[in-house]
Amino acid sequence: MAPTLAAFCVGFIWPFLHGLYLSFCQFTTVDNAKWVGLGNYAKAFADTSFIDSFYFTVAFVIVAATIINVTAFAIALALTKELKGTNIFRTVFFMPNLIGGIVLGYIWQTLFNAVLMKLGQPLLALNTQAGYWGLIILLCWQQIGYMMIIYVAGLQNISPDLMEAAAIDGANHWQTLLKVKLPMVMPSITICLFLTITNAFKLFDQNLSLTAGEPAHTTEMMALNIYYTFYARAGAAWKGIGQAKAVIFFLLVVIIGLTQLRATRSKEVQQ
Amino acid sequence: MNKTKKSLGSTSTLGTIFFSIICVLYLYPIVMVVMNSFKKETAITTAETFTLPNAETFAGFQNYINALRAQGFLQSFGYSAFITTSSVALILLCCSMCAWYITRVNSKLSKLIYMLCAFSMVVPFQMVMFTLSQTADSLNIFGLRFNTPWTICFIYLGFGAGLAVFMFSGFVKSIPLELEEAAMIDGCNPLQTYFKVVFPLLKPTMISVGVLETMWVWNDYLLPTLVLDIKKYRTIPMLIQYFRGSYGRVELGSMMACIVMTVLPVVIIYLLGQKHIIKGVLAGAVKG
Repeated sequence: MAPTLAAFCVGFIWPFLHGLYLSFCQFTTVDNAKWVGLGNYAKAFADTSFIDSFYFTVAFVIVAATIINVTAFAIALALTKELKGTNIFRTVFFMPNLIGGIVLGYIWQTLFNAVLMKLGQPLLALNTQAGYWGLIILLCWQQIGYMMIIYVAGLQNISPDLMEAAAIDGANHWQTLLKVKLPMVMPSITICLFLTITNAFKLFDQNLSLTAGEPAHTTEMMALNIYYTFYARAGAAWKGIGQAKAVIFFLLVVIIGLTQLRATRSKEVQQ
Repeated sequence: MNKTKKSLGSTSTLGTIFFSIICVLYLYPIVMVVMNSFKKETAITTAETFTLPNAETFAGFQNYINALRAQGFLQSFGYSAFITTSSVALILLCCSMCAWYITRVNSKLSKLIYMLCAFSMVVPFQMVMFTLSQTADSLNIFGLRFNTPWTICFIYLGFGAGLAVFMFSGFVKSIPLELEEAAMIDGCNPLQTYFKVVFPLLKPTMISVGVLETMWVWNDYLLPTLVLDIKKYRTIPMLIQYFRGSYGRVELGSMMACIVMTVLPVVIIYLLGQKHIIKGVLAGAVKG
């Protein structure tokens, strides 16, 4: 009990509060902080690379979350029907989820660069378009299996009575899907959307290893932008600005996560 | 009934074939890395990435030897393994106790701790990364420093506590209080009650939390990079990232070998403990 609390304070609460405080300061280490008020926030919003990374992240999250959830749901639907080899498919689809972000990034970097070379296109380090789609494909590869597992569990929870009732009422395939299955797995949809959106928003490792923001910071997502602001920019002001960006980033994640939860929760049916 | 089964039969065969093809495609990136790990450096970046190694490009185990010798892969593997096991063990033990305590002692403080734990799961690491790493570097309790692989598990305990306490609390609530009361009446002190009654009951949750935390710590890159001295200690993710960071030219061959050696144990463990892993991840998702 006590060690957990102590560690939780050192590992989370203290850094969090301290970080919040430092976002209003100019500093290079934690000891030489000087209060500057909202200056860091003003500079953070004035930093075009940060705003660009915001748009890039949003474009990424919307497309990635949609593809992942639709595909995962479709696969889950197919796998809950009587198919031979379902277990093997499940095993295979889930596997990439266990591989770390850095490793994934380099696996796909090699693959994409080889494909781009075959096509005579510029390589990843010089190709924003490829970087964007590369990140999306990578994240899909990693997360579809995970979300599929959640959807499968949700689909298997639907009571057979309900399906039978629908069949007796003469519902066709599509009607059953839209009017029975979809509302019944709404809790799973809530979870999956929440996980994909927040994870995609916070994506860092994959971004760092696949493109590292190249070319010229055009494939940089917010987390990476903050990291670079802290550790790759010279000048005393940047650490404070980085911390201010981090606070903005944190608020964004919380707001988006909560809005999404509220929006999909309201569509869940009472069981 | 028979009729529907038959018609299902033909579509299901088609489905099986379809998914088999997709599975092969799904696994291809990994197969490709394995192939390339046996090729000479120069062959990986050319148009020969997709071909099997041939007489000209085949490098034997040279990449592996290089990775083991020059890159210190085994050392990194050791650090990663140690950090992961120590952190996960610590998290499981401390957080399950903590969760038990805050669920049973129903005070305002315990509610607050519970809320904070739930809250900490949404906070992005970037928010605390600078202050956390500085704290870890400067903290010095009786000469015990936290920026070494031997003690980084305390930092992981702190940052991983949120998820673990949250999940354990959910489960502790479902344990009937009568069991613990009976143990108390039989003369157990709280510690004995915990280890003899609560601990065994928590086993399924332990596996779930253990799986989730292991996946996180093993694959984590940023926290050890910021806390540990990269010149002295490198975990596997740090090592792989270091290939690009330090040399002008990336040694792709050794990198491929490293990736294979990193992924292989994970895949083996996954295939052995698949049921638990999928169940664990699922439980984590549903609770979270």
